[in-house]
Amino acid sequence: MKEYRTITQIAGPLVFVEKTEPVGYGELVNIVLYDGSIKRGQVLDTSNELVVVQVFETTAGIGKDSGIRFTGETIKMPVGRDMLGRILSGGGKPIDGGPEIVPEKRLDITGAAINPYARGSPNDFIQTGISTIDGTNTLVRGQKLPIFSGAGLPHNQIALQIARQAKVPGSKEAFAVVFAAMGITKEEANYFMEDFERTGALERAVVFLNLADDPAVERIITPRLALTTAEYLAFDLGMHVLVILTDMTNYCEALRQIGAAREEVPGRRGYPGYMYTDLAGIYERAGIVKGKKGSITQFPILTMPGDDITHPIPDLTGYITEGQIVVSRELHRKGIYPPINVLPSLSRLMNLGIGKGHTREDHKKVSDQLYAAYAEGNDLRGLVAIVGKDALSERDRMFLEFADLFENRFVRQGYNEDRTIEETLDLGWTLLSTLPVEQLVRIDRDLISKYHPKFRQAAKAEG
Amino acid sequence: MTKGGVLKRIAGPVVTAVGIEAHMYDVVKVGKEELMGEVIKIQGENIIIQVYEDTSGIRPGEPVTNTGLSLAVELGPGLLTSIYDGIQRPLSVLVDKMGDFIQRGVSAPGLDHSKKWDFRPLVKEGDQVGPGSILGEVQETNIVHRILVPPNVKGGTVRSVKAGSFSVDDVICTLDDGTTLTMMQKWPVRVPRPVLEKMNPTIPLITGQRILDGLFPIAKGGTAAIPGPFGSGKTVTQQQLAKWSDAEIVVYIGCGERGNEMTEVLTEFPELEDPKTGKPLMERTVLIANTSNMPVAAREASVYTGITIAEYFRDMGYDVSLMADSTSRWAEAMREISSRLEEMPGEEGYPAYLAARLSEFYERAGRVKTLSGKMGSVSVIGAVSPPGGDFSEPVTQNTLRIVKVFWALDAKLSQRRHFPAINWLNSYSLYLGSLQDWYDREVSPEWNSLRSWAMEILQKEAELQEIVQLVGSDALPEAEQITIEVARMIREIFLQQNAYDAVDTFCDMKKQYAMMKAIRQYSDLAYAAQNAGVTPQQILSVKSKNELPQIKFIKDYVPALEKIQKDMDAEFNALRSAA
Ligand SMILES: Nc1ncnc2c1ncn2[C@@H]1O[C@H](COP(=O)(O)OP(=O)(O)OP(=O)(O)O)[C@@H](O)[C@H]1O
Ligand SMILES: [Mg+2]
Repeated sequence: MKEYRTITQIAGPLVFVEKTEPVGYGELVNIVLYDGSIKRGQVLDTSNELVVVQVFETTAGIGKDSGIRFTGETIKMPVGRDMLGRILSGGGKPIDGGPEIVPEKRLDITGAAINPYARGSPNDFIQTGISTIDGTNTLVRGQKLPIFSGAGLPHNQIALQIARQAKVPGSKEAFAVVFAAMGITKEEANYFMEDFERTGALERAVVFLNLADDPAVERIITPRLALTTAEYLAFDLGMHVLVILTDMTNYCEALRQIGAAREEVPGRRGYPGYMYTDLAGIYERAGIVKGKKGSITQFPILTMPGDDITHPIPDLTGYITEGQIVVSRELHRKGIYPPINVLPSLSRLMNLGIGKGHTREDHKKVSDQLYAAYAEGNDLRGLVAIVGKDALSERDRMFLEFADLFENRFVRQGYNEDRTIEETLDLGWTLLSTLPVEQLVRIDRDLISKYHPKFRQAAKAEG
Repeated sequence: MTKGGVLKRIAGPVVTAVGIEAHMYDVVKVGKEELMGEVIKIQGENIIIQVYEDTSGIRPGEPVTNTGLSLAVELGPGLLTSIYDGIQRPLSVLVDKMGDFIQRGVSAPGLDHSKKWDFRPLVKEGDQVGPGSILGEVQETNIVHRILVPPNVKGGTVRSVKAGSFSVDDVICTLDDGTTLTMMQKWPVRVPRPVLEKMNPTIPLITGQRILDGLFPIAKGGTAAIPGPFGSGKTVTQQQLAKWSDAEIVVYIGCGERGNEMTEVLTEFPELEDPKTGKPLMERTVLIANTSNMPVAAREASVYTGITIAEYFRDMGYDVSLMADSTSRWAEAMREISSRLEEMPGEEGYPAYLAARLSEFYERAGRVKTLSGKMGSVSVIGAVSPPGGDFSEPVTQNTLRIVKVFWALDAKLSQRRHFPAINWLNSYSLYLGSLQDWYDREVSPEWNSLRSWAMEILQKEAELQEIVQLVGSDALPEAEQITIEVARMIREIFLQQNAYDAVDTFCDMKKQYAMMKAIRQYSDLAYAAQNAGVTPQQILSVKSKNELPQIKFIKDYVPALEKIQKDMDAEFNALRSAA
């Protein structure tokens, strides 16, 4: 393989190489340093005069004396069955002291888009055991549902609780977990690793670790390696895979850094104009393929800078993912775990996975009613602060009390508390029964007479 | 003319070629794999091309050839029920050719050229035909596909015309000047198809969605925008329109959005019935799916592909409605391509021609007299996805300057699960005036005043809410406490509509009118009772009105509604006589 020594410029993560033979766009590049060590990069722009290479590691040590080898192929990743149970770097190299991965296949890490015509409809209810998710923001197999959090909030606990408890009722198969860390601290990473080891989940997990002190540009490929692995496990080996990507905010910062180095015209708040498309290339790699057994369910985690949901990172993510689970600082301060604020949270695929034949016929309407009542009570809190409780009407006071009850009984639960969907829905009814029946305008009469505790007791008494 | 050149530079979806002669928007084949691209800029000897497929691995020096044609779609029988990517490649054919994931370098024609269709001529030898004339018809699905003389064919006297079973390539008609016509025509997507005359829109597109038909209607041939932050209901509203609007043909463009949403349409539509014809909804639908992770250049093209197909059905004399979800992703595709061309960026990095492209697109909507003298229409409904939900950004603002209907989605409403989360105070329809006659005639002479009444109450409520925020609702004067209650009823009973409830998902004008009238009845009785000295507490706790929300979920609602109305009368009578 020909080695060029025609580097003319190095700027940030970019290396400019002159006068080469024709080099392919997106090709993998090896950069050989004076000590023989090799760094990897990718071609961003190519012409006979000039090739621009983006390096995936720090450019420390790269100089005009470095050699450039173009490999003639795009970045591929070796995948194999024996990846389960392994810990790899954010660049895909084993870091657990174990042997190299024995490749059964080498796959392009960009991943091709699933043809929408080939997609299967995601409609298997996943029970996470968390009421605010199962009851009001139901997750289904093949969904991408991010956690929007803030610095210092317990999103990691929530992610782990989900990973631990997630199951499809009636299916024996456990999820395989692909975990990709991008720029998180060693301590956070340990927190995940210990839990995986303690619960035995590691055996069915593949871990990619790019930590806070690892090169930022490497973060660009970490989620792609993780998803390539997930696709292999899901669509080649037929496994149901749960992918946790944390923290997507660090990923986006790396993207911004590269954009700045390329002197691109920045988009909103300095992030590249193509960030939507770039993120879609990650998040859309979730789903089900018709006729294939496995599935990919994604749980990206991101911390909202300044707790601002309109910041480009959560904003663009929300525009791509199928809903979001929003972790609230206010609930956290009140000492409520998991501090999930259901109001801005959403699961768009919920309707496919609930109701008769999936969960229970009353699910949708109970959820709608809980939302409406909680929203109303929550609004009244602002009013009470101004006019005092006494100025409220009887009706308003009931809704105000409902909001407290909802937070303390429905939202609040233990870190190890694994509620069944029946428990969650019945709990919802118990709370709704504190309101007069005629206030339950979101629910049809048939369902009320079947599930409302008042009528159920009456039915029991009769029967 | 030399047709072959070579690639000089590749940087993502935009590549530079030299050594070819080209015109703007010529379709070219790029590289050894012959990826499809389109000329978007000519700069000295450099020909700049946007490529509709992934360019990874393509090298300088690879060949480029110019087809000399513009980007065009194939129009003819076989369009209905299809799902295409942004450049009209059928996704089902792509699955057969390259598997479940989208690979590149595969071309696939928009229509199935081997399939035979039964053609029934409607002209005979010696007839005169001109551009846009109807030659005959094919029963495509439950929809009759009219076969037209292409608009760019001069026409003449029919020398021969054949009935029978033909493929879209077979000649079905010959004119005396030797012109041969088939059932298929090609049309360049960036050029609007000609019409005889644009007409005024005077008929509403009835959507079965109460807040739309009732408060902010769109006309057939009109334009509407639905801006809203993520998760506020753009897609659900568009899908509701695709399902229930009384258009004859629906073109649905998933432009840079989610794969699963297209799958949802594909699985749901074949099972849903058109409330008017009872036929599967899929039979009147054409889908274009260029999802967020498919190439951006093809995303840019997708809206043109869609609107050209819509115009083609309009030219047959159909009412077509087109949904584009989301026009913001289209604008972003323009921005991305433009920045790679190193064009001077305008506002927020969008190209300076953003406003022009948007208005050219919406201009292709309209109610028209077609070249053959029939009436047809294309209604265009575009979703807009403003960053951070901020409507002051360029795509929303430029769109609002063009469209006549504005359905403003509001995160505050969606968060409390008030759906459709359309803000009744900010939204508007500029068609109200021109549609009044229709509502008078087809719904009730009372309707227009009922509508104004409801809008007034809602407006009043907003003002009262500000006071309530300061002093609490009990401190309001009695009459205003009733206004607040009536407004709540309008919101919860009339405006809220659950897209996922089997009955409530669609509500015809008759039921909309009946519901609104019942609320009005309560209101009238309530104010009368208050004048007669009945207390607000008593008025608000009238039991029969609590049954009203249930009407939404009942299919044969008339008996139940009549009973409620009777009970309301009785209850108020009792209150008044006790007072
Ligand atoms: N009319 C409706 N009835 C019931 N639920 C609705 C309705 N409209 C929206 N929703 C709820 O809101 C969710 C989000 O709606 P939708 O997917 O249409 O948002 P969107 O505005 O298209 O978001 P994005 O910009 O991210 O695509 C839906 O999944 C559904 O749960
Ligand atoms: Mg949407």
